[in-house]
Amino acid sequence: MHIIDRRLDPGGKSLANRQRFIRRARALVRQAVREASGSRGIREVDEGGSVSIPADGVHEPSFHRGGETGRREPVLPGNKTYVQGDRIARPPQGGGSGSEGSPDGEGEDQFRFILSREEFLEFFLEDLELPNLAKRQIMGDAQEIRRPAGFRTAGPPAALSVPRTLRRSLSRRIALRRPSSDEIDGLKRDIEALEKSGRSARRLAELKLELERQERRTRTIPFIDPVDLRYRRIEVTPEPVARAAMFCLMDVSASMDEHMKDLAKRFFSLLYIFLTRRYRQVEIVFIRHTHEAKEVDEETFFHSRLSGGTVISSALDEMAKIAAERFPVNQWNIYGAQASDGDNLSTDNARSVALLRSTILPMSQFYAYLQVGHGEGERVGVFSRQESSLWRAYQQLVGPDLPLAMRKVDNRRDIYPIFRELFERKDVHTGSGGHGV
Amino acid sequence: MGFEPGGPLLFSGQDWSFETLQRIYGAVERIAHDELGLDTYPNQVEVITSEQMLDAYASTGMPLFYKHWSFGKQFLRNETLYRKGWQGLAYEIVINSSPCIVYIMEENSATMQTLVLAHAAFGHNHFFKNNHTFRQWTDASAILDYLAFAKKYVTACEDRYGADAVERLLDSAHALMNNGIHRYPGKHAPDLLSEERREQERRAHDERLYNDLWRTLPKKRSKSAERPEEDRRRALLGLPEENILYFLEKTAPRLQGWQRELIRIVRQIAQYFYPQRQTKVMNEGCATFVHYKIMGRLHETGRITDGAYLEFLHSHTNVVTQPDYDDPRYSGINPYALGFSMMQEIERVCLSESAEDKAAHPDIAGCGDPYGVLKDAWANYRDESFVMQFLSPRLIRKHRLFRLVDDQEEDEVLVASIHDERGYRDVRRSLSRHFDVSRQDPDIQVVDVDLAGDRRLLVRHNVVDGVTLDAGDAQRVLRHLADLWGYSVRLVEADERATYATHDAEPSQAFR
Repeated sequence: MHIIDRRLDPGGKSLANRQRFIRRARALVRQAVREASGSRGIREVDEGGSVSIPADGVHEPSFHRGGETGRREPVLPGNKTYVQGDRIARPPQGGGSGSEGSPDGEGEDQFRFILSREEFLEFFLEDLELPNLAKRQIMGDAQEIRRPAGFRTAGPPAALSVPRTLRRSLSRRIALRRPSSDEIDGLKRDIEALEKSGRSARRLAELKLELERQERRTRTIPFIDPVDLRYRRIEVTPEPVARAAMFCLMDVSASMDEHMKDLAKRFFSLLYIFLTRRYRQVEIVFIRHTHEAKEVDEETFFHSRLSGGTVISSALDEMAKIAAERFPVNQWNIYGAQASDGDNLSTDNARSVALLRSTILPMSQFYAYLQVGHGEGERVGVFSRQESSLWRAYQQLVGPDLPLAMRKVDNRRDIYPIFRELFERKDVHTGSGGHGV
Repeated sequence: MGFEPGGPLLFSGQDWSFETLQRIYGAVERIAHDELGLDTYPNQVEVITSEQMLDAYASTGMPLFYKHWSFGKQFLRNETLYRKGWQGLAYEIVINSSPCIVYIMEENSATMQTLVLAHAAFGHNHFFKNNHTFRQWTDASAILDYLAFAKKYVTACEDRYGADAVERLLDSAHALMNNGIHRYPGKHAPDLLSEERREQERRAHDERLYNDLWRTLPKKRSKSAERPEEDRRRALLGLPEENILYFLEKTAPRLQGWQRELIRIVRQIAQYFYPQRQTKVMNEGCATFVHYKIMGRLHETGRITDGAYLEFLHSHTNVVTQPDYDDPRYSGINPYALGFSMMQEIERVCLSESAEDKAAHPDIAGCGDPYGVLKDAWANYRDESFVMQFLSPRLIRKHRLFRLVDDQEEDEVLVASIHDERGYRDVRRSLSRHFDVSRQDPDIQVVDVDLAGDRRLLVRHNVVDGVTLDAGDAQRVLRHLADLWGYSVRLVEADERATYATHDAEPSQAFR
């Protein structure tokens, strides 16, 4: 008998088949991912997980008997009370007697399986592209890459390259004809021999002179000269790391109900995921506002409710302040996403627009304004409702030169299409500008 | 026997190492070969992780398999069930090959490894090597090479003709996989010697029966002479043919060489698994019986501790539990339970002298050689014949089996037989039919094709007991069949009395 340890064999034998399956069911999986992402929380969307697709799409048919017709004689275990000749009402689900299970459990309506995080997000973010991605801020020491880049003549001792140095030294010694220790030893031996024999004093003197000359030469031509020294050169290339700060602005005054907050949350979570895919570091700042704005944590942001009026410019002020303090525009990509029901103190509109135009939009890569509605019932057609004053005010700003986009959302299922629409890959010349409705 | 059965403990505690495995294997092998007299292929034990077990599941347990999305689907399904904790993994997978490959999971405890080795490396292994269905239909020494060839060939086709074309063909072939099996060995072309012998036998037969009176009878016009054209055509195509894939491979007019080869691969693999479908109860029963005996002997001879034996019993009883029909866990007859209890029953009957056993099994009752009888059964039966021959009245009573007659024409289900004197035979016959694969699979045959005319392929489903095909699936498979055949296809569902349904399909995207 052989025992073979296969545990260290490369795994993922089924990866190719798994990919084939997903490729085959691509359209269905895409649809399923969209639905799944609609029903998840803000950070959960980033986790992959199980999705169901209609089993029909990946059904493998075979000839097998149906349960509708004919006569069967099943044998079952565990008889308790029946005697021969008893008649039993047919169990509710058709054939019922269970002996004719269809092969490999087909017949279920849904095929459920787990997508990895990567697979999930691939579908989630298919052909989306944020505008102005070119802007990248080179960061400091933390993200350096050190790689060897040849040799140099000065450096720390630890970086000394001994082989290089000795190679230089050898060629220099040969070129300058520095005597080797063998040659000098030979001379010394000859002198010693002559001295012992006592013959040829002239020859001895010559040799001594020669020895002295050679030794002087040895002293003046060093074994290793500073010019020989070579150090390994390490180049520190800063790795371009782009960082993004995402500002979520939301009106939490009493007029925003749970449904609207939910819509806003979904939009924010999509934006968050999208940014984490594109940037290594993404900071989120939650700013809620009524008539005054405050930075809060996520929990408070989505779940607490304040009463008060609505002054949008207070949130914009807060955003500008925080950005100036913590997210200098030369190091961070700033993204803003604002959700509101469109109500604003009418005297504040002008100030809000001015703030946007002068401060917020110039520093932002992208600024999205999302106007959330109450749900389907209220909206009959796009123009059926009087536009809110804020909407009208913002609309003046929309143009190709400003990174502003605005959309209205009434239903949860609109979020994803709108998100896609906002961030869909656009031709380069279209630039960053959002479009009004 | 001249050996000392006892010995030191094989292991203590849960942990095992490769030396432990060797030691366990040695002890198990000794009992299996010397005491039970099993005859096995050499074993190759492979230790794998749960991940690798999932991989193995996806390719029907085979160590290598061609690539296809349906295996990915299988993988995802199992992975989901496993990750969510709805389904455990098997402790082992064993492959009918020589050497016999046994996968065991690293998570198993030492006791479980002992059980697994006894179960798979000796129980299943003996069955694979000796059962006639496996001997007749599979070539254990060649299967791994064939799978390697298949995998390489499919990959080469994908490179050459495109992954989509290959996938489409495999989809179609897979749909007909269950109809790609030879159920009977084909006719061998007779050689000269046997031809001559047969000729002599016939002459001798004729001479023996010679009677001059026959000459005086008026000749009847033979039936075949009436429609010689059609009969000749069918004979040329080998019709009727129930192996649809075989028929397509040999006869489909528009397929290319590589497409025929792919069909052949699917067909060969279906054929390889056919014996397993026919012997599920016996195979599992044999392995379970063997592991039960071996574990018992190991415990008796003091090679495993009481604790280990209890751990084994816990897992063993889980495996051989047969929930009642009204139990929420019930999902059909458990082949482990039925096979194991039938084999234990054979052992009991062989040593029994009771009148009932003598009446029910006159040839084996009290014969005193249970292992001889079992080995004969393992070698020469399959599930259907095994149940028919060996299901004893006592076992029917023990499982309280009862037989229903479920006719969709009627509103109620009739309890036709129960575990009493009048019911034994009927229960046994119905259960036996339940395991008869060729009866459970619909009987579908290619019956005719008009090669000179519109080339429509005529397929017939011989309806038994009025049970027709699932119409939706039948239509889907028929489309695949039409694509492979290249022309339209008609499926008629009928028996002697009536025609139940007719399905037609046109090729939507014929292969060429």
